[in-house]
Amino acid sequence: MNWDWAVVEDFMPRFWDGVLVTLQALAIGTLIAFALGLVWALAQRSSQIWVRWPVTAITEFIRNTPLLVQLFFLFYVVPNFGPSMSPLTTGIVGLGLHYSTYTAEVYRAGIGGVPIGQWEAATALSLSKGRTWRAVILPQAIRRVVPPLGNYVVAMLKDSPMIATIGAFDMLGEAQAFSNETFTTEALTVVGVAFIVIAYPASLLIRALERRLVR
Amino acid sequence: MMSSEFFTTWFLPGIWVTIQVTVYAAALGAAIAFGIGLARTSRFWIVRFVAGIYFEIFRGMSALVLMFWMFFALPLFGWQLVPMWAGVSALGLTYGAYGSEIVRGSLAAVAPAQREAGIALNFTRWQRLRLIELPQAWPEMVPPFNNLLIELLKGTALVSVITVADMTFAGNLLRLGTNETTPVYSLLLVLYFVLAFLITRGMRLVERRAKAGIGQTPEETGFITRKLSARGESVQAGSQSAGGMG
Repeated sequence: MNWDWAVVEDFMPRFWDGVLVTLQALAIGTLIAFALGLVWALAQRSSQIWVRWPVTAITEFIRNTPLLVQLFFLFYVVPNFGPSMSPLTTGIVGLGLHYSTYTAEVYRAGIGGVPIGQWEAATALSLSKGRTWRAVILPQAIRRVVPPLGNYVVAMLKDSPMIATIGAFDMLGEAQAFSNETFTTEALTVVGVAFIVIAYPASLLIRALERRLVR
Repeated sequence: MMSSEFFTTWFLPGIWVTIQVTVYAAALGAAIAFGIGLARTSRFWIVRFVAGIYFEIFRGMSALVLMFWMFFALPLFGWQLVPMWAGVSALGLTYGAYGSEIVRGSLAAVAPAQREAGIALNFTRWQRLRLIELPQAWPEMVPPFNNLLIELLKGTALVSVITVADMTFAGNLLRLGTNETTPVYSLLLVLYFVLAFLITRGMRLVERRAKAGIGQTPEETGFITRKLSARGESVQAGSQSAGGMG
């Protein structure tokens, strides 16, 4: 075992580049997952079967196939038909799309957990559909969805290195390139530790949120 | 288009490798899940602490990074793993950590009175666990473990990046060889979906049996003591405290 701090020092500038890319992918991916997930969840509540059924089929398919293969699909197949995207953009879209099917379930459970009497009360007060959602249902659903949504952000963080496989220079991508150039392993180890260092406080934060919101 | 020769030399074996990796990693993951999950309910704080550290490390770690590390970095510490086993251990270590939370949570969900009943019957800790707590926690455990198994199946695609010739690896080879990306990756996605579907179907049977398995029939009265005496273990039921109540 020959650990060389000089190598770590050499890697540092590129490590920070990688951290920025990872965090960027995580932030935009999260936005996509949260927004698109809500769209899926509401579409699955639609009274129209031709909306409900295809959306359920698509989300089930995405959820039950590997993110890695979806990334390959987006990167190598989609350009045959439509726009070709940079590795990072593809990665962000892939992460967001994949996790939107998970967040959809979270929203679905959160909305379904609002007692039926709340809907009836809104009807009794003859609130409009929009006001029912905005003033009655969503404020109650949010308390239920925040902790599981937070868990999926951490899960996305841990899956984000997969974008390195299509050539995006996130933390893992930088570490891999650096290791190949220098024949060292310190970079991979640093990145491994970095994931724990980021993920652990994040999961503590979510646990604290859970305690505050769900009681 | 895909030649039939390619299909038999790479894709079919690839499917088999994917199934193998899933089974091995699931076995390793389950063993770790029970080991760490039980350790996290231990009486001794040091055992709980060590198991907790394992849980936090491997839950916080990215499976892909761990796999890379085991495949590329471990050899330089003098420990060379075959690609397949680097992949299986990375997946097993990761999913074992997730599974330990399922084991811990479902044991904690067993009604405290059940545990107390075991104490009242003077069961040892091990007997309580084996005969009272685990059988009741089991039906609670099965559905989340099934979800975990699907996650694991999807995770096995990662082993392709460390040159294990699974389905995804075969797909990547074919893309490099023919550039026929659309049929290749579409087929891959469908194959994973079908495997996940089969697992879900198969596990639904296990789920139903686990739910039905909880003893409520009249014959089950005395089940535990019979089971114990059949094994030659003694139960001094109510030897001390219940002595005067007869």
